[in-house]
Amino acid sequence: MSVTAQPRVRPTATPLPMRPGQRRARILANTMRWLFVIPAAIFVAVFFGYPIVKNIVMSFQDYGTRTFFTGEAPWVGISNYVQVFSSSLFTTSLINTGLFTVGSIVMQFAIGLGLALFFKRNFPLSGFLRGLLLLPWLIPLIASSAIWKWLLDQGSGALNQGLALFGIPAVPWLVDPNLALVAVIGVNIWLGIPFNTTILYSGLQAVPEELYEAASLDGATGWKAFRHITWPSIRSVVSVVIVLGVVYTLKVVDLILGLTGGGPANSTQTLATNAYHQSFVNFEFGVGAAVSNVLIVVSFVFAMVYLAITRKAVDE
Amino acid sequence: MKKPRLIAAVAAAALIPLALAGCSGSGSSSGSAKSLTIEDYFTSSYNPIYNKCAKQLGITLKINHVAGAGLISKVLQQASSKTLPDVLMLDNPDVQQIAESGALSPLSDYGLSAKGDVPAVEKANTYKGKLYGLQPVTNSIALYYNKKLLSAAGITPPKTWDELRADAKKLTKGSTYGFAMSNINTYEGTWQFLPFMWGNGGDEKNIDTTATTEALQFDLSLQSDGSMSKSSVNWAQADVNNQFIAGKAAMMINGPWQLPALNAAKGLEFDSVPIPTKTGSPTVAPLGGEAFTVPETGNKASMTTAGKFVGCLNTSKMQTYNAGVTGNVPTNIVASKAWGASHPQVASFVTTVQTARARTGELGPDWPKAATKIYTAVQLALTGKATPAAALKQAQSQSQ
Repeated sequence: MSVTAQPRVRPTATPLPMRPGQRRARILANTMRWLFVIPAAIFVAVFFGYPIVKNIVMSFQDYGTRTFFTGEAPWVGISNYVQVFSSSLFTTSLINTGLFTVGSIVMQFAIGLGLALFFKRNFPLSGFLRGLLLLPWLIPLIASSAIWKWLLDQGSGALNQGLALFGIPAVPWLVDPNLALVAVIGVNIWLGIPFNTTILYSGLQAVPEELYEAASLDGATGWKAFRHITWPSIRSVVSVVIVLGVVYTLKVVDLILGLTGGGPANSTQTLATNAYHQSFVNFEFGVGAAVSNVLIVVSFVFAMVYLAITRKAVDE
Repeated sequence: MKKPRLIAAVAAAALIPLALAGCSGSGSSSGSAKSLTIEDYFTSSYNPIYNKCAKQLGITLKINHVAGAGLISKVLQQASSKTLPDVLMLDNPDVQQIAESGALSPLSDYGLSAKGDVPAVEKANTYKGKLYGLQPVTNSIALYYNKKLLSAAGITPPKTWDELRADAKKLTKGSTYGFAMSNINTYEGTWQFLPFMWGNGGDEKNIDTTATTEALQFDLSLQSDGSMSKSSVNWAQADVNNQFIAGKAAMMINGPWQLPALNAAKGLEFDSVPIPTKTGSPTVAPLGGEAFTVPETGNKASMTTAGKFVGCLNTSKMQTYNAGVTGNVPTNIVASKAWGASHPQVASFVTTVQTARARTGELGPDWPKAATKIYTAVQLALTGKATPAAALKQAQSQSQ
C-alpha cells in the first residue's frame, strides 16, 4: 500500500468580513488555547511550585518528628536561619561547596573539551571509544561511589596498591581531612566528563568544515584555528555546559554520602549534605529547609544566567 | 457564555488527585483484632518468632520488613497519613523520640512492665515516666580477639587500658593491626566510643570534661602507637568485622550480631571478653537491641491485641527462643544468665548487658544531638585536626 500525499489547505492570511458565529468560534479557539496550557500549568504548580513554597514555609517552622503525628509545626520566625548561619559547620559547608563546585567544573570542562577535540578527528574505533566514555554516566551513582570507596581505601584499595608498585607509600585518600575533599572532587570529575565531552562534541560537529579549510589557506591552523574559529563557534554551547554543570554539581549529595558521609571531621561536608543531615538524620526538617533554601537561591542565580545565555543565543 | 464550561473543566481536573487520594486512604484502618500488622527492619529469618506468638494468640499476621535506614522516615510518613502498623519495632535509642511525638501508646495500658529485665531496658524505653517499648533481646559490644594470634604472642586477653595498649602494640605485625574499632562519623562511631567514655566516668551531658578527654586520649594513643589503622575514621562496624575476619586485626570491638559471619569464616578461632576499662572495673557499655511498641492507631481492639502480642514476645520463654534465632542476649536477668551459661560465645555480652547503660537514659529525645557531638569530637581528634581536649571543647560548644 502506498500513501498518497494529500494536498494541504493553507490558512488564508487575509481577514474575512465578520460573519455571525465567528465570534463564537473565536471564543472557542481561545478556550481551546487555555485548555492546552492548563495541564502544563497544573503540572508546574503541583510538582515545582508547591514543593518550593512548602520548603520556604517549612524553613520558618519548628518542623520535627512531632509534626508528623500532630500536624503542628509552630512558627519560629527566622530562628532556623539564625541557627544555620551561626553554626561553624555552615561556613565549612559553604567553603567546601565552593571548592567542590569550582574544582569539579574546571577540571571536567578542561578534560571534556580535550577529549571532544580528540574525538573530532575520526580514527579507527573512535566511535567505540566514545561509547565507552559514557560508562560512568550509565552506572548508578550509589554503585559507583561504593566502588570508588573500595578503590580509594588506604590499606587494601586498588589505587594505593598500584602506586605501591612505583614505591609510593599508601595515600590516605578518604582518611586525611586535607585529602578527602580532593578525592571526592576527583571522583566527581570522573563522573562529569561524559556529560561535558558529549555536549561539547556535538557543539564541535556543528562548526562548518569550510571555515577550517578557508582558514588553513590563510595559514591559520592548530592553536590559531582553535582560537579564532572553534572557540567563537562553540561559545554558546560552552556557557550552557558550564552553567548546567554548576547547577548539577551544587546539589551533589549521594556521591559524597557514599564516599565519606561528609567526613572525616566534616571535611567534605557541603550545603547539600548538611541539609540532608539536618532533615533526615537529625529530623529537624525546618533547619534542613533553611539550608536547602540557601542552596536553592544559589542555583536560582545560575539558572537565571543560563536563561539569559540561551535567550541571547536564540536572538543571535 | 462559555466560561462556566472552562471553570468546570478546571475544577474537574483539580478534583482528580483528591479522588485518587480518597481511593487509597480507606481500607487499612479496618483491621479487626483477629489480625495484626507488624513493621520492623529485620529479615524473614525473624518470622518464626512472630508466628509462635501469633499461634498462641490465635491471630494472623501481616509482617512488613523495611530496610534499616528507611524505617524512621517510613514511620514518620505513616504517622502523618494515620497508617501506622499495629506493632512497631524501633531501635531502642529512637523510642523516646517517637514517643515524644505522641505516636506510641504507653504499655501500662496493656498491663505490661519491664519487671525482671536488665535495668537499662526500662530506662531506654521510658519517656516521662511511662514505658513505651519492651525489648525481648538486647546486645552490646565487647572485645573480640583472634585466639591464634594472641596465643602466638603469648598474650591473655586484656582487662585494663594499659594492658590493651601494650597488647595491641605487641600484636601489630606486618599488615596486621593489633586493634580495630569503628570511629566513623555516624551514630555507630559514637556507640563504639561510649564504653571508653562511660567506663572512665564521662557523661553525655557535657563532654568537655577530664574523664572524657582521657578516654579520647586513649583512643588516639592506640592510633598513634600504630596499633589501630588510621582508616578507622571511615569504618562502619561491618568493615571492622571484615578486617578481623581477614586477619588484618588481632582484636576488635563488635557485637554479637557478627557471630554468624564470624562462625562462617573458615579457620578463624575467636572469643570475646568485656571491653577493658582504665582500672579493670566493670565495663559500662551501651545497651543495644530493638524494642517493640504499640502505636496509637485509634483502633482500640487491635491495640489491645497488639499489647498482648508484645507481652507474648517478651515472656522469658520467647526471649530465649529469640536469642537462639538472632544470636542476641535475653533481657530477662534470670533467662540471660542461663543463656550465657549454655552459650559460651555470648557469655561476655551477657556480662556486659547486666551493667549496660541506655543511650537515651539521661537526655531522652535529645540524645541524637549529643551523639553527633561525640562522633564529631572523635573525628577531630583522630584526624589530627585538634587535640582531644580541644576537639571535645569544640564539639561541645557546636550548636547543631
